[in-house]
Amino acid sequence: MTGTADIYHEMIIDYSRNPINFGEIKDHDVTFHDSNPLCGDSIDIDMKIDDNKVTDIKFHGNGCAICMACSSVLTEITKGKTLDEVRKIDKNDILGELGLEHLQAVRIKCALLSLKVVKSALYTYMGEHLNDSPDVDKLKEEAANLY
Amino acid sequence: MQSTDSSFENLRKDFPILKRTVRDNKPLVYLDNASTTQKPNQVIDSITDYYQNHNANIHRAVYALAEEATEAYEATRDKIASFINIQDRQEIIFVRGTTEAINLVAYAWGRSHIKEGDIIVTTEYEHHSNIVPWQLLTQEKKAKLEYIGVDDDGELILDDLDKILATGKVKLVTFSLMSNVLGTITDSKKIIEKCKAAGVPTLIDGAQAVPHMKVDLEKLGCDFFAFSGHKMLGPTGIGVLWVRKSILETMNPFHGGGDMIREVHKYETTWNDLPYKFEAGTPNIADVVGFGAAIDYLTKIGMDNVRKHEIELTTYAIEKLSNVKGLHIYGTKDISKRGGVISFNFADVHPHDVAQIIDGEGIAIRSGHHCAQVLMERLNVAATSRASFYIYNTKSEIDVLVNSLNIVAKVFKL
Repeated sequence: MTGTADIYHEMIIDYSRNPINFGEIKDHDVTFHDSNPLCGDSIDIDMKIDDNKVTDIKFHGNGCAICMACSSVLTEITKGKTLDEVRKIDKNDILGELGLEHLQAVRIKCALLSLKVVKSALYTYMGEHLNDSPDVDKLKEEAANLY
Repeated sequence: MQSTDSSFENLRKDFPILKRTVRDNKPLVYLDNASTTQKPNQVIDSITDYYQNHNANIHRAVYALAEEATEAYEATRDKIASFINIQDRQEIIFVRGTTEAINLVAYAWGRSHIKEGDIIVTTEYEHHSNIVPWQLLTQEKKAKLEYIGVDDDGELILDDLDKILATGKVKLVTFSLMSNVLGTITDSKKIIEKCKAAGVPTLIDGAQAVPHMKVDLEKLGCDFFAFSGHKMLGPTGIGVLWVRKSILETMNPFHGGGDMIREVHKYETTWNDLPYKFEAGTPNIADVVGFGAAIDYLTKIGMDNVRKHEIELTTYAIEKLSNVKGLHIYGTKDISKRGGVISFNFADVHPHDVAQIIDGEGIAIRSGHHCAQVLMERLNVAATSRASFYIYNTKSEIDVLVNSLNIVAKVFKL
């Protein structure tokens, strides 16, 4: 049971009004776009990667408060992490941070769209830079099974 | 029956679902009728009765049950004929819904009538079901898909149609009689006049119009017409395609199989008579019977009364919603050109958040692109919130909706 009041707490509203890491990185090393066909939420994520580390990350697009807040938190978590650490970011890391563990199924997709985009961006980058790695297929599978 | 708020309120007792509560014991306020409507006992009971007392396959067997089932199935065809004024019952084909009806036309008519370089015209306010089948067809045939634009009042720009018709390449013009997002009632008379003058057939998506106003196919003068049962108190999974006979006779079958044949030999088959040529396989008999009960129910109320009731509700809702600070309503405010559908955005709050917060108050509205992404692009929005009304809705439910927006304003500190 998730009451409205539980979901729309101060942090969510603040992040949706004043998202952090919102914008574009013109000289990104990888960028990825995805949208939610059910509601039209649409997110682009740009990443700057140096020495296998995410040195900068920004997102832009359109989304509900849940989507915007989760994108803010996710980009904050991702920044400074090694690619291997980014790979291990779990959906509960995002949902937990915002107290959204019990979000109803239809809204989970709003919350995790940006995580899907980050994982897909990571896969794209690794695909381009680690061509023959057996990891690539595994990563592709991980991205597909996110939710 | 009198078209007063109280006589319509009396209908609510026929709808068992309206008695339930949702979330924290809040009475259900169901305002997503453009998507699907609730079902009265009369419809639910007719389906139960069919399965309990008459169930058999139709059209072939000689025993008593089969005869009863066939009669009940075919009775709905006659009810539809008189409900939307069709003279020839052979022109009425049962399908799963509007989507299947349009796909049937694109496949069984379009594939043999559309050639490279031909143009099919649709509009910017169509549901995806009246866009995607035409994209598939025009891509396959190297034909072109063109659009009639939408103006800032949410009405079609008919000058666009003139320009496209002037090319002489148009083979079909297709449009919805009422927009599922803006509620705009299309000026079908003008469009069909123009198309007739150019010798171009027309297809109408009647999914939003037939449930809410008197529709007369003879007066309309179109060539193809599609609508769904579940948006007019009937069960899901049943709808109608009507095609003018002179065109229907030129069409190939859609699905091959049982019931649509006259004689099958090893390498060739002759087709059954109309409309059965287009109803392959065991149809959705029980839901056709339920659809018949829905038509009976609406006929008893009278479609002019349905329209009057919705005009009353929509006028009231537009007035109340217009007073909410920061709320923007899309489409015309001229009620004579608008059905009971209101799309809106509330300040900078995403429609998903609006819908979720007021769901906590028991209110069911829709949020998203409403399967009309082409229109969303035209309106330059990612999504809207949409409230849509039907016979059982009341002014006090609209008050609940309007008051619930205060909670949204409070949560988002508007």
